[in-house]
Amino acid sequence: MSDLTKLTIADARDKMRAGDVSSSEITEACIAAVDGGGALNAYSAKTFDLARTQAKAADARIASGDAPDMCGIPLGIKDLFCTKGVASQAASNILDGFKPEYESTITQGLWDRGAVMLGKLNMDEFAMGSSNETSTYGPVVSPWRRDGAETPLTPGGSSGGSASAVAADLCLAATGTDTGGSIRQPAAFTGIVGVKPTYGRCSRWGVIAFASSLDQAGPMTKTVRDAAIMLEAMSGHDPKDSTSADLAVPNFEAALTGDIRGKKIGIPREYRLDGMPDEIDALWQRGTEMMRDAGAEIVDISLPHTKYALPAYYVIAPAEASSNLARYDGVRYGRRAALAKGDGITQMYERTRAQGFGPEVQRRVMIGAYVLSAGFYDAYYNRARKVRALIKKDFEDVFATGVDAILTPATPSPAFGLGEMADQDPVKMYLNDVFTVTVNLAGLPGVSVPAGLDHQGLPLGLQLIGRPWEEADLLNSAYALERAAGFVSKPAKWW
Amino acid sequence: MSIDKETARKVAHLARIEVADDQLDTLAGELSHILGFMEQLNEVDVEGVEPMTSVTPMRLKRREDVVSDGGYPEKILSNAPDAREGFFAVPKVVE
Repeated sequence: MSDLTKLTIADARDKMRAGDVSSSEITEACIAAVDGGGALNAYSAKTFDLARTQAKAADARIASGDAPDMCGIPLGIKDLFCTKGVASQAASNILDGFKPEYESTITQGLWDRGAVMLGKLNMDEFAMGSSNETSTYGPVVSPWRRDGAETPLTPGGSSGGSASAVAADLCLAATGTDTGGSIRQPAAFTGIVGVKPTYGRCSRWGVIAFASSLDQAGPMTKTVRDAAIMLEAMSGHDPKDSTSADLAVPNFEAALTGDIRGKKIGIPREYRLDGMPDEIDALWQRGTEMMRDAGAEIVDISLPHTKYALPAYYVIAPAEASSNLARYDGVRYGRRAALAKGDGITQMYERTRAQGFGPEVQRRVMIGAYVLSAGFYDAYYNRARKVRALIKKDFEDVFATGVDAILTPATPSPAFGLGEMADQDPVKMYLNDVFTVTVNLAGLPGVSVPAGLDHQGLPLGLQLIGRPWEEADLLNSAYALERAAGFVSKPAKWW
Repeated sequence: MSIDKETARKVAHLARIEVADDQLDTLAGELSHILGFMEQLNEVDVEGVEPMTSVTPMRLKRREDVVSDGGYPEKILSNAPDAREGFFAVPKVVE
């Protein structure tokens, strides 16, 4: 395997512009890596012919001197993004065979800038999961293993294919989506950088909907600089998404000075959980010291409603999902269940959805239907929305005191083994999102930065949370943290 | 809030998901457990709090009410499990 697959976006861009390497060469190296990475189960569809065509076009564009930053960069695309003529099924059996007639705004923007698509990436079904085990394609395997062990580990979820592919160098970077932590948790589990932008920064059009008021797409990359470059290419106003923000997109990369002197970094006391592994706490303290050493002012802060974020999320997200997933009825796309003679349209709906949705999706759709049903709407759904308003206000109060960013652990544990949570109840799995879900509820930008290894050699991440629309400043803080942490570990190749 | 078998049946039907009769008790147990987790929300004083409707204060954009897209029924139907003569086909709905 060649080292070309290990390039960052920034280095690949600079080398291609200098004529040291072509997009076609990098793309071929990635294709070989994808073909050799089958054991990871990261790719659900491969689009190598398209990749070669796009790479050739990118090479011509670079030669002509008119090349955007993403030109010629081979990417993996989460299966949640609709890509024209290419299987897009949200890792669900119910969308078996679905090939969209249209392209999502975000992926179109990437192709318009000359990026190259290697294929689609595995994920949890409809982005509902934290371990990639709900996928109809089977679970993604992390390229990381515990020291001296061969137990297959989860890359996290839902963007587990994206995380695994980036960490194992099966692409230079990938798109992800994050509804409750689905970019940041897998990024932390696999030692890469993941950004959930401010709600409204990236268009949701053509991204298969899970919970519309929480879903945001973002980049999953090897470095903070790459995240800045790719986020800029994914951002911008889209008239086709009514919640897309009509704001100018800054040059995020230009904001990366690494100078955070005088910045106020908040440490929320409610994020110190009972039973949290010492290693996570120690990492958090080291991260705090790194920010202080870089010249930031560290302040203790309180986000009093943190405890209620998960239960509020698990009312709101299933409620929105039950509404969004009503469209999968066996009529317009995907698969329809075989019907017996005399079966009517209700049997068609009910059997199609019973066969098409996996257990976790079924559970959430039913919970959603329940909390929205007559008699329970106020008790659950409206109460959850009120608690959400209080969670958002917690952050607003803290930012009003001059706090620039908030530092927290990204996850309450390192990656766990595939199947290890199988006997646990669903709520236990939901706890994976405990540090990330508040950010989605409040609509804020968050970034997970790899910051160290645990005693078994597994990556751990720290999360920085920023003010709305201030991703540039947030990424600069993340850049300072990345430089101070100096995380350079890569998984040893076994696949 | 505990969900009994009949409520589980009702919820499954609301969600249009077929659940076999012998699975309803298990389903009721699972849903009850998840709803139990949500009971914590009752500890929060939400008196006078407006439910959150949008993440950042913004007015929904308005546009002219004009046809701006369309005219390709074959694309609309291309992914249908059963399409005939320009229509989505479904089992008989009315007797």
